[in-house]
Amino acid sequence: MGFEKFGQISFTAQSKVGDDFVDYLEKGELRGTKCTKCGTTFFPPCAECSNCLSEEMEWIKIEGTGNLISFTEVNYGPTGFENDVPYILALVDFDGVKVFGRFSKDVSTEKLAVGASAKAETVTYEDGQVGYQFLPA
Amino acid sequence: MSKDVAIIGVGQSAFVRGYEGSIRELAFEAYSEAMKDAGITSKDIEASVIGSAPEYDKQRSPSGLMAEYLGLNPQPTFNVESVCSSSTTGLWLAYSMIKAGLYDPVVVLGFQKMSEITSADSQERMGRGADIMWESPFGTMMPAYYAMHAQGHFARYGTTEEDLALIRVKATSYGKINEKAVYRKELTVEQCLESAVVASPLKVFDCCANADGSSCMILASADKAKEISSKPVYVLGIGSGTASLTMTGRNTLYGLDCAKVAAKEAYEMAGLTPQDIDVAEVHDCFTIAEMMAYENLGFAEPGKGAELIRNRETYIGGKIPVNVDGGLLSKGHPIGATGGSQVRTIVLQLRGEAGDMQVPGAEIGLVHNIGGVGIYGNVIILGR
Ligand SMILES: [Zn+2]
Repeated sequence: MGFEKFGQISFTAQSKVGDDFVDYLEKGELRGTKCTKCGTTFFPPCAECSNCLSEEMEWIKIEGTGNLISFTEVNYGPTGFENDVPYILALVDFDGVKVFGRFSKDVSTEKLAVGASAKAETVTYEDGQVGYQFLPA
Repeated sequence: MSKDVAIIGVGQSAFVRGYEGSIRELAFEAYSEAMKDAGITSKDIEASVIGSAPEYDKQRSPSGLMAEYLGLNPQPTFNVESVCSSSTTGLWLAYSMIKAGLYDPVVVLGFQKMSEITSADSQERMGRGADIMWESPFGTMMPAYYAMHAQGHFARYGTTEEDLALIRVKATSYGKINEKAVYRKELTVEQCLESAVVASPLKVFDCCANADGSSCMILASADKAKEISSKPVYVLGIGSGTASLTMTGRNTLYGLDCAKVAAKEAYEMAGLTPQDIDVAEVHDCFTIAEMMAYENLGFAEPGKGAELIRNRETYIGGKIPVNVDGGLLSKGHPIGATGGSQVRTIVLQLRGEAGDMQVPGAEIGLVHNIGGVGIYGNVIILGR
């Protein structure tokens, strides 16, 4: 348990990386994992390395400025998100580690362009759920 | 060039909104048409492969039901699933079994009654079409993912919303003349551009029409095909590929790697190039998907897909007619049945039986069928 706290609506309660990931978010840190044997990095974080099959992973910080790969403003949401629209989904590349998420609700698409700089920050929602969001940088 | 396996019968139901019958009856429509086309009966079939996207099925393990209803007991039956490409994945399995000398002939049946579940249930399932741990919690759905590919394509290549509208306009011009299509109306570029934005830049008319429907293909070895059929169409090349389910694992967001992998494999096996293809069916679940397919299949250089549609090269009479049956956009997209319907269209084209949609003199055809947002890609090259 623990991972059900991640995101606006969580679909998964249990994961080997879930508790730590949520703990880091609550401390204001967005983290992925890195295999200590072969150095492969993972975001979303993985508990195991598909490259060398090692289970010895360490947590790495995802910070600084990333590059906006693409985005879209969603006007029709799936169940549970109907009243949340519009929101902007995006993929941001942090120096080779790609992160999928949403932009902050304050940001409008006019301010965004593929290739622009973006950063990530952790966020606590009104109902106590935790997550992260992007901001222009 | 491989000519070991042939398609000897094809069929499909009309693609409709809200089919008024059960899934077994829906499946029977395509099955019956394909079996009559091949001129055989159920006792001649040695195995069946059934494809559907199970999140829309109330019936658990539908292959058991279908084998019974279609008179295919006690022969073995296999259930396959790769979302929107389930029925061409079924073709893969049938092809492999025939080539291995296990069963011959084999029937592949795809079906989907999307109206089997309520639209609220359907909306709920759509939210889970992605990685449910890491992406669904943000409120993702299919149009949003393809919209991100459109945005990526626009930024890299200068493709425009008008270019995508041109693809929909083409689809409607053929959907209008396809009696089995769910969307029969014609649309103008203006109507497409004025439709509501679903996920920017994709609008309502950039999205395919959901439908209920079934499709069926009967495959046989070359020897058996010659014995049974006067008009076999051969599988010349077949390729399949995958890419990460999560967007974080993708190399780019302006093309689908799974399609490139599948196309390369199919072209190599067939010993053919994109220039050899006379008619193609590509997976246009969204207009941008057809645009990317032009490039991923080599019909256009990367970034030059828009020129094909601007110059009407993908209409009948153009360099490479694409989706001249209306495509998923207008013919409709009953998930598990879609790939088999694409194959049927190409088989009819190569036999010269496509009626008003006929591409004159078509000898080599290609099918491109994608599962999910480029998770699974199947490419099949067919010829007389
Ligand atoms: Zn490793």
